[in-house]
Formats: sequence, structure tokens, C-alpha cells
Amino acid sequence: MPDLLLELRSEEIPARMQRKAAGDLRKLVTDALVEAGLTYEGAQEYWTPRRLALDIRGVSARSRDVREEVKGPSTKAPEAAIQGFLRKAGLSSVAEAHVHSDPKKGDFFVAHTVKPGRGAEEIIASAMPGIIRDFPWPKSMRWGGASAKPGSLRWVRPLQSIICTFGPETEEPVVVDFEVSGIRSGNKTVGHRFHAPEEITVKRFEDYAAKLEAAKVVLDAERRKEIIRTDAANLAFANGTELVADEALLEEVSGLVEWPVVLLGAFEEDFLQIPAEVIRLTIRANQKCFVTRPAGASDTLAPRFVLTSNIEAKDGGEEIARGNGKVVRARLSDALYFWKTDQADLPDLAQLEASAEKFKLDLQKPLDQRMARLDHLNVTFHAKLGTQGERVSRIMRLARELAPLVGADPDLTERAAVLAKADLQTEVVGEFPELQGAMGRKYAALQGEQASVAQAVEDHYKPQGPSDRVPSDPVSIAVALADKLDTLVGFWAIDEKPTGSKDPYALRRAALGVLRIAIENNIDLPLNGLIEEHLEKFGLTDIANRNSVASSLSRFLEERLEVVLRDRGVAADRLAAVLDLTGLVQGHPVLRVVRRVQALHELLNAEVGTNLLAGTKRAANILAAEEKKGTAIAEAVDPSLFRDETEGKLFEAMNRSEREAAQAIQAEDFSLAMRALSTLREPVDSFFERVLVNDEDAAVRANRLALLARIRAATGAVADFSKIAG
Amino acid sequence: MSRPAHLDPTRSFQGLILTLHDFWAAQGCAILQPYDMEVGAGTFHPATTLRALGPKPWRAAYVQPSRRPKDGRYGENPNRLQHYYQYQVILKPNPSNLQELYLGSLAAIGIDPLLHDIRFVEDDWESPTLGAWGLGWECWCDGMEVSQFTYFQQVCGIECAPVSGELTYGLERLAMYVQNVDNVYDLNFNGGEGDEKVSYGDVFLQAEQEYSRHNFEYADTAILFRHFEDAEKECRALLASGTRGEGQRHLVVLPAYDQAIKASHAFNLLDARGVISVTERQSYILRVRNLAKACGEAFLLTDAGGFVAQAA
Repeated sequence: MPDLLLELRSEEIPARMQRKAAGDLRKLVTDALVEAGLTYEGAQEYWTPRRLALDIRGVSARSRDVREEVKGPSTKAPEAAIQGFLRKAGLSSVAEAHVHSDPKKGDFFVAHTVKPGRGAEEIIASAMPGIIRDFPWPKSMRWGGASAKPGSLRWVRPLQSIICTFGPETEEPVVVDFEVSGIRSGNKTVGHRFHAPEEITVKRFEDYAAKLEAAKVVLDAERRKEIIRTDAANLAFANGTELVADEALLEEVSGLVEWPVVLLGAFEEDFLQIPAEVIRLTIRANQKCFVTRPAGASDTLAPRFVLTSNIEAKDGGEEIARGNGKVVRARLSDALYFWKTDQADLPDLAQLEASAEKFKLDLQKPLDQRMARLDHLNVTFHAKLGTQGERVSRIMRLARELAPLVGADPDLTERAAVLAKADLQTEVVGEFPELQGAMGRKYAALQGEQASVAQAVEDHYKPQGPSDRVPSDPVSIAVALADKLDTLVGFWAIDEKPTGSKDPYALRRAALGVLRIAIENNIDLPLNGLIEEHLEKFGLTDIANRNSVASSLSRFLEERLEVVLRDRGVAADRLAAVLDLTGLVQGHPVLRVVRRVQALHELLNAEVGTNLLAGTKRAANILAAEEKKGTAIAEAVDPSLFRDETEGKLFEAMNRSEREAAQAIQAEDFSLAMRALSTLREPVDSFFERVLVNDEDAAVRANRLALLARIRAATGAVADFSKIAG
Repeated sequence: MSRPAHLDPTRSFQGLILTLHDFWAAQGCAILQPYDMEVGAGTFHPATTLRALGPKPWRAAYVQPSRRPKDGRYGENPNRLQHYYQYQVILKPNPSNLQELYLGSLAAIGIDPLLHDIRFVEDDWESPTLGAWGLGWECWCDGMEVSQFTYFQQVCGIECAPVSGELTYGLERLAMYVQNVDNVYDLNFNGGEGDEKVSYGDVFLQAEQEYSRHNFEYADTAILFRHFEDAEKECRALLASGTRGEGQRHLVVLPAYDQAIKASHAFNLLDARGVISVTERQSYILRVRNLAKACGEAFLLTDAGGFVAQAA
């Protein structure tokens, strides 16, 4: 069976797009083959900065003939209708049509048509231009003389040449001939831009890959990565250091070279006074180089970096390493300057005094100065939510209010909240926004802030995602909750809620953060109340309006909570049984809701629970049916109307278990409440076994129904059992 | 082309410029002189901004002094300047071998691609003030960005048809590289040695110090705000007076565009003085972009913009 080789060579494709583009190419081409009735055995895509390639094996040489029967009109139909049918079916006369019979319709014409299969080459040649024209690049461009006219070809960067060969292993493959916007397919490409710019003629994939390798192009990105990974580690090791692994950088670098050659560069030890993370980011972001650390060290770096060049330089790479070192030094000089500037006084401190007073800042301290400037400059947080200064002031007040709830010192909490956003005004964070928080913590520690204050400056951003660490120090907890709640409440106040796909302010993450912090630190957070109060700080004075916004946000948080609990294996119906009546929206604190859910979950996982559930449901169903019929139900249970001993036993057990459950709920011990309820199981079961609720005596019946109502009410105090399936 | 040794591109700043002139002149470019106004980048020169519009072929190369008031460092930073030179090449439509031509120009100034690691690294260029964007690369030499390579897709908010290729060389950086100096002020400007030598610092250090003071401390912001308003008003007025209606040639586009450039520079100075808040910033950029767009649209109604007057 023949194989297909395809190469689309273009000017340098952005590294981040290559892998997906090659995958898209494979899917588009194989789908087109299958769509046209061809089969294939396997397909593998490849990419380099300058080419996307595709190797498809075992393609069928032709698609099958397709036989069809086209039903026509009755043989007695008017001539015009018959002529129309013949034309449509492509027959030249009635003689070519068959006559079929049908008991209802009688004799009618049928055309037997055969759509002959097409050769694979023809199929490929007709499919490729469309695939290339409509290729799903995230961003594409026009170029050259052709771009003077509308509708010219768009590609990620100018497309230079196309290889498309097809043929069985045993024969010389042929070029599948097609043209896209003046580029004609062929069997030629070029090698490495500098080492082997000459044209290469290729046959099949093996020949193509081998000739590229000889022309200093490693076609397989995984192999390029492996070369870089191994060589970089060895080079670092040979120089007494260890490579700091960085998979994302490795992926990017492998997309920047066709012939990776790893080299070692150096910078002065003096730069190591810059925090390691800043050095790493500086070298990575600007130079796409790896950093190294002294063998065995964990948080210090070595003054050596590893770069990946695209050539085997004539001088062994000396010039390249020197040049890169120069740029790295210039960048690190900037970083060092930023790091030092951030620890020095700002000019014009006098103009910051008003802001300093507002936040009780000490203008002798650098980070305090930055916070004062953040306020003084009226830096916008969001057009509708005011300035960063206003935001910090809200967070500060909320954090202070939260402090007693989480067992944090109010003064330290306030101090941490005030400094939490100050690093947004530092040079390092201006350069590397991803270091916000981490830098603030360093600067806070350097100016002698209390340890938990410094930690909170970093940790109040946590958790950043489902797997990120949750802050555990009380001061961090208070500021983290205040920060997240302020964001959530603020965006709810201006009605900018996340939609299905869009969540530009990461509000889902903030909500999840609030919940995880409360749950993992055992904090009973009255969210609904906090939200309502905090809304006032956004100028929502109308109480009805505040209620509705608060309940909308509580609902959002509750939905997030459902996600958290479902992830922990709690079924949706069990969640509904608790949340619908006693959820966040009804003003119940997070932790209590979670405990109630857990208690219910545990109860129902035990046999006693499922039996109790069955009994309760039976009671509820009977009640519902009788209520519907309008049957009389006694207001209260009257023991004098008991006719069977199980009635009395149930009544007794009910009184006891109701009392115990109520006490347990009062004490917020939901497990105990569930256990109290579970003692009802045996008397309920016996009751249903021995007693017919629908007694002939109406008074007895009404009394029994009242007993059932008690069962429903007792369990309902813990959860709405009717929501639970099974 | 042989030159005296002191004008070798690796020995003098001016030798570098002359070599690039020779190279691009040989490619049929008109070698223009810098535009005589304060601009933020070579792209602002009407030979690029406006000539990138319309159907007419165009090839030009020139040095453009560029001013970025905010980048002033009082002459104390070895790499950063508020006034520097860009070497700008525009080829419309872009020839299919533009990358090879670019590499040829690097070879001409002494950069051997088998000794130095030349790389094309993704960079989507965008100028919000000019309403322009394009796709291309930062060109790296041994990890240093030495040029910007862009296929213009849109300029002044108008689709480019055909697309132009734009090359911008950071001359100081490139010179520092080929001359192997670490401080821009140490660059040899004229190629002379000893008493004969003129350094980049001899030419520009004082200017950097004075302009930094001006940009950050002394520039009168009230006057600058007025300049911005005046330039904006004048640009609109000129465009209005040059309009002759539907299907008619526009009569004064270039002078109007000058006013857009003026507004842009006034904005850059105000920005450096720190008197434009984050939110205002956006609206100033938008105002300049609207001027640039209006000029671009008017340019299409001129001869150079490919306009053909309708028969009366």
C-alpha cells in the first residue's frame, strides 16, 4: 500500500503554535482521506520552526466504486417527468433505466448508477488546497504581491514550498500535483537555514528524514527536546552545577531550533544577590535560557546558564556564548537595579504624606512608600470599582473584621492587608507581574515586618488553583479571605459575573479559594451575612438590592461548593437534600453546610441509613398521597388512639430521637444528629411491618398519619430526604 | 564595495550606516533622509506609515532619529537612550526572499551566520497610536534583539494591499555588538583613533543628560497639553480643508499627518512627565490613532496613495 509524505515549509513558525498545527494537519488530512473513501494504516506528524510534516502509511490506492439506485417516476408518467429523471440520473435513454415493480405504485423506473472510485492521488490533490487555505492558525497573515488582491492565501508566516509525494514502498513515489496561491507541490525542500540552504530532492518519508538529518535538521521535536535535555544536563554537570529543569521552556526552545547545540554561558557572582526567582525569570523570559544551581543546592543559583543555539558554530560556540552572556549581564544589571531601587527611598516623599496617613504608613520604610504611591497615583483597579487605594482600604477594613473570626491578631492583620498590594508599585513586579506577592514578602521581611505579616503579603493570593496550597497562618487567612471576598462582592455589585466560558477576573478561582480556606482551616464563615455587609462598602445602600445581590453571589459560591463536594464523592442528590433548605443562600455558614453534607453522606453510606431513608420515604409518600386526597391528619399524635405496640414504641423513640437530634443540631454536631435519627430505623421498620396506616377507623388513621408526619419532620430537620434518590 | 578601513561597519557607527545604505540602495531602495520631526520610531516617517497604504510599489531605506522621552536615563545607563537611531527599510510589496535579503544585510555589516546564532523569534508587532499591526519576528543575534521584521497587515486602521515588509534595525545595539563595546557612549562614531576619534558619548552624552532633565523635570506640561490640543485641532482642520468631496483628490494630507506626529510626541512627553493617569492614557492613544486613521484614509485619495480621479 502506498505512503503519503507531506511537508509545508514556511518562514519561522512561532514555537507555541507548532505542535498543535502539526496535529491539526494530521487530523485534517486523514479526515479528508477517510471522507473520500480511502483508508490508511497510520499517520505521524512532525514539526520544526520552519516546517510541518506528515507521514501517512498504508493509504489505499483507490476509493471503492459506489453503487446507487435512484428511484424514478412511474413508467406511465408524462414524458417530461421521465426526461427530467433521465437527466438527473445521467442516463441517455430509457433503455438504460431498469423497471422495478411495487404492489402499490406499479411499475416505475430505477437508474442503477455507479460512481467509480477515485485514485488516491486525485483525492489528495483536490483536498490539499482547501486544507491549506482554511488552516486553523490562531493568527494568520497575507504577504507579497498576491496580497494586493482580496482573498489571497493566509498562513502563519509566508508559506515557501510544499512537498507531496505518494507511492508504494517498492516504487519511486510520484509527486501529487496541486497548487495553492502560486505555490506548486513538488518533491523539494531545503535543509538548515545556514548549514544547508541548498535544495534537497526527496522521495519517501525515510529518505526525507534522513536527508534532513544530513542537512542538519532534526525533524522530530521530541528528539530535539531529548538532545537539549541530555546535553544541557551533562554540560551543567561537567561544570559542577545542576540544571534547573523547566519543561515549558524546553518545549519552547525545541521549537526555536532545527539543529540544537547546547552551550554554557556565565555571569558575575555579584548578580546572585538578586533573588533566585528573579534571576531565573529574567534569563528565561528574555533569553530563553536555563539556569543552573550549585550541585545539591535547592534555592540558590550558580552564575552559569545554559543556552541552546541553532548552529554548530565555526569557533565551537565561543562567540555565541560570549554574546549571550553579554545580554544576560545587561538584563541582570536591570534586574539588580530594580531590586535595589525597590529597597531605596522614592523621590518626593512629601507628596505621599496624605496617603501615608490614610493607611497609617511609615514613610521611612520602602514598602510603605510604595503603598502610599499606589494610593497617591490613583491607579485604577477597575473603571467601575475605583482605585487600588480604595480597594486596599476596603480589604483592610474587612480583614480587620474577619480577624476575630479566624483567630488572628487584628492589628497585624490590618498591617498585612495594608502592605498586601504595595509590591504592585515595585520595579521587579512591574517587570515580572507573576512575582506579585512573592516580592512583597521579601521586601516586607527586609524592612523588618513581623513574620506572619510578611507571609500574608505573599499568601493572601493563595490558593491560586485547585492544587495550590491553602494559607494556614491566621493573619494570612484573614487577608486572603478579605481580598477574595472584596473581589467577588465588588464584581457582583457592578454585575460583572462570569459567564459560561468567560471569567476574566478569575472569580471562580476566588470563590473556590474562599471555600477551601474556610473548609481546610475549619472556619465557620457566615458568608451571606459578610457579603451583605461588605456590599455597603460599594455604595449599595438599598437593602432589597443588597439582599438580591448577596443571594446571587451566595448561590454562585454554593455552586462552587457543590463542585468541591462532588469532587469528594458526594452524590448530587445528597447535596440537594442539604443545600436546598440549609445552604449558603439561606445564610448557613460554610463549614456547617459541609458538616451537614458529610454527616448525611456517612449516614447514607451505612445500612442503617439506607433503611431509615426507605422508611422515611415510605412515610413521606403515604403522607403525600393522603394529603392529595384530602384525608384528615391529626394535628398531634394521641397515644390513646394507638392500637399496636409498635405505634407506642415508635412514638417513644421519636420523642427521644427528636430531642437528641435537636440538641445535636444546636451544638452543630451533625453526625450525632444523624446517629440520633438512625435509632428510628428499627421502630419505623416494625411499625410498617405490623401496622396498616389506612385503618378503617378514621381517628386511628388520622393519628397514624400524624405519626408519619412526625417522622418526616424529624428527619427534615437534618436534611430533605425526599430529594434523595433510591 | 570597498571603503576606507575606518569606515568598516565594525569600526565606526557611521560606517555601519553607510554599509546599510549601500546594501539597500543595491536592492533598489530610495535612500531617504530622516524625517524632520520628532517621532517615536522610524515607522512614523510618512515614507513608511503613509506609503504602506494603497497599491503603488515602494522601496525606501533611511535612518530615523527616534525619541522615547520615557527612556531617558540622564546618560547613566549604558543601554538606554531617549534619543536613538533606527535604520528603517520598507519594501512594498515584500519580495519573497526578504528574509534572505535581511540576512545578506547582516553579512554585509560583518555578522557571519555560521559564527553567530541568528534567530527569528515570534513577535506580533502593534502600534496602538498608528492603528497598525503586523506579524513577524524579533531577529536575534546571539540572544540579542538586533532588528524587528514585520509584514504589515494594517496601517492607520486600513488593510495593507499589498503587504509591505518592514525592517527596523536598532543601530546603537547593532553597533555595540559589532564593535564589541558594553557602553553605548563608548561607541566609535567616526572610526578615528586617538585624537581623531569621535565617540557616541562625544556626540550625544550631553544631549541625553539635558533631554532627560527636560523630559522628566522641566517640560512645561500646560504648554504640552495645549500643543496636543492645537495639533489635534489643526490636523482635523487641514484634513477638512483639503477634502474636495466624493471621488475627488485630497489636497493636504502630508501637512495634516505632521500634526498627528506632533500630537503623538506631545503625548509621549506628557507621559514621561507622569501627568497622564492610566485611564487617560488610553484615551490619548485613541485620539492620536483617530488622527492617524483620518490621515491614512485621506492619503488613499492622493496620487501617492494610488488615487485615480474620476472623469468629470
